[in-house]
Amino acid sequence: MSRAADRTPSPRADVCVVGAGPAGALAAHRLAGEGYDVVVLEAGERFDDEDRERRMERAIRPGHDPLSVWEMGGPRDEYASAGEWFYPLNRTRVKGVGGTTLHWQGMVMRLHESDFEPWPIDYADLRPYYAEAESALGVAGAADNPYAPPREEPFPMPGFEPSYSDSIFAEACERLGVTMHSVPSARNSEGYDDRSACVGYGTCQPVCPSGAKYSADHHVAKAESEGARVLDRAPVQRLAHHEDGERVTAAVYATPDGETYRQEAREFVLAAGGVEIPRLLLLSNSDQYPDGLANSSGAVGRYFMEHLFAGAGGTLDRATRQNHVGFMTSECHQFYDDPTQGTAGTAGGIPAWSRDEPTPDGIKLEFLNYAGPSPVETALSGDEWGDDLLETLREGYGNAIAMGGLVGQRPRKDNRIELDPSTTDDHGNPVPEIHWRVDARTEAGLRRANEIQRAVLDELGVDVAWTVGPEETGPAYHHMGTTRMGTDPDESVVNPRLRTHDLRNLSVASSSVFVTSGAMNPTLTIAALALKAADHVDERL
Amino acid sequence: MELSRRDALAALAASGAAVGAGAVLGTDADLVEAPSARDHVDDSDSLTEGRLATLLAVADVVYPSEVSGVEEFVRTYAVGRTADRPEYREGMADALATLDEYARTWHDADFRTLDAETRASVLEEMTVDGADPDPAGSDPERVRYYAVNDLLYALYSSPTGGELVGIENPQGHPGGTDSYRRGPEAARGRDE
Repeated sequence: MSRAADRTPSPRADVCVVGAGPAGALAAHRLAGEGYDVVVLEAGERFDDEDRERRMERAIRPGHDPLSVWEMGGPRDEYASAGEWFYPLNRTRVKGVGGTTLHWQGMVMRLHESDFEPWPIDYADLRPYYAEAESALGVAGAADNPYAPPREEPFPMPGFEPSYSDSIFAEACERLGVTMHSVPSARNSEGYDDRSACVGYGTCQPVCPSGAKYSADHHVAKAESEGARVLDRAPVQRLAHHEDGERVTAAVYATPDGETYRQEAREFVLAAGGVEIPRLLLLSNSDQYPDGLANSSGAVGRYFMEHLFAGAGGTLDRATRQNHVGFMTSECHQFYDDPTQGTAGTAGGIPAWSRDEPTPDGIKLEFLNYAGPSPVETALSGDEWGDDLLETLREGYGNAIAMGGLVGQRPRKDNRIELDPSTTDDHGNPVPEIHWRVDARTEAGLRRANEIQRAVLDELGVDVAWTVGPEETGPAYHHMGTTRMGTDPDESVVNPRLRTHDLRNLSVASSSVFVTSGAMNPTLTIAALALKAADHVDERL
Repeated sequence: MELSRRDALAALAASGAAVGAGAVLGTDADLVEAPSARDHVDDSDSLTEGRLATLLAVADVVYPSEVSGVEEFVRTYAVGRTADRPEYREGMADALATLDEYARTWHDADFRTLDAETRASVLEEMTVDGADPDPAGSDPERVRYYAVNDLLYALYSSPTGGELVGIENPQGHPGGTDSYRRGPEAARGRDE
């Protein structure tokens, strides 16, 4: 039997990590590298790299459920969306070795210093871990962003050059006093860490066939080379604790042959994302902890946050050269720390925010390189062929242009992950039930983002065809806040060392510990926190 | 615009076929059969010459008139692509057989022997043009998925197919990270 197929527990594990996404993979790699006996339990499967082009084909060609690209859905992944807003949970995540980085966009910005004000740690605490995370993931970036927090060294790789359409945007942005700059990208601009440079398949989300976009299966492999065991298709059912109530003793997990095992360990690290981590803690209730493990604060599952998308686009009377690559090369973080400010350029500017609404929180603006139709996708979903189809494709492609952006949410206790006892998964466990809505402040932020986007597009002379604002917005697939970090055990789930207040050998490495959402894509911060959590586990061992 | 062997190889790369296998780089005779099936060719192990001819006849309908070199492109692509995908090959062969059955019912002849106008009419009468592609669906849905869309995917994810529309690095093609930076003049200059 191969080691990968042996799903029996390790007899003397030092550390049990739950989840083989970026947080679990990085923590496991670091701890295995320190010589500890590490076991990683992953609910999903181990995907074969050789299948990636076929997964890409499945993503491009109609006739396949988008969830089938990474085998999501079905009884294993049942959930309920019970809030005011529908939450499409399974579209937002991937279960498997590599986790959600298998389908992510690969945007890796550091949070700003101001983001940490409500947190019990500050930017300086995380700064060295950010640098280590950038090195681990392989980040291509440039030093041209005047709004980025201070950094000590260049990015590991040179940034991707701006796109042709960035140069179109630059004309309007200069006239309006809007600053454009590069985007840090977990995507190889040159060979890095035995992975090739990007070759431009243009399908980063949901599949990078070349492996140039970072995915956490690389650190799973590195962890295994350091001696860690990684068990796929081994979903953890619950955590068992010692009768003293102070220590987790075992992760109880199921295997495909119908067996259930107990993986004992000295330390446990939860790295299963912002939905499954609170779900697992709630499923692990006991006589001593009837409301779930590590939940004496009542905050487990609470304060769920997302980023919301704002965008606008249309067509221009010139070629815009879209859809060559699947990633962005320019953003604007000028409205991140002060979204209300006006700007002054060479010919006008963005007016300051003046609406009688809650003051918007920070906004991240994006200049898209994949606006409008991708010809191959249009060709496969139309009702024409031959010369007629070619004419339609030529008419549809070439002039599209668009901006996007993210707006965060403030933590609200009623946005939450609960258990839905009326629905169970393939092992009979209640499924996660998501209660989620967007408040007036976030809606104001979306309106402000639209204002700026509209001003830039108008300045360019774009015939605006669509706007995504408060009415049309949707989540950016970033799960945050559900086991929040804090110093007060009555208000938070983990301490600044990422250890749960209640159990002294249980840590959380995830965006679930975020206190606030910011408006930056969260994965670099997840990676930095995972490395920090691993260091604290190391200290205790 | 001429479809080249490079286009076929690019389309193969986009579909995850084992580019470099004998089927792709060998002689024309090799192209008819999957390399793994050369010693025992039958309907289950390869696309037969008849099925390939039907696929080529579909290409005549669904490819725009300004592309040339279709036969070699389709042969290289279709054979290379299905060489190590027996289930896909079977689905494609079944869909092409279905198309021939409809042609025989309506016109007493296999699809590949019909004239161009009649081929187009068979696909339209089958409602393949309006069908949602589905590998496990109804007859028109399978023909749409395995014949029409397979061919369109190959063409429009290849450099030549992309250039027909104005994008030299279409989605699905690993065309590098230069083209997104080129303006339209530079892109045109490159073509000339």
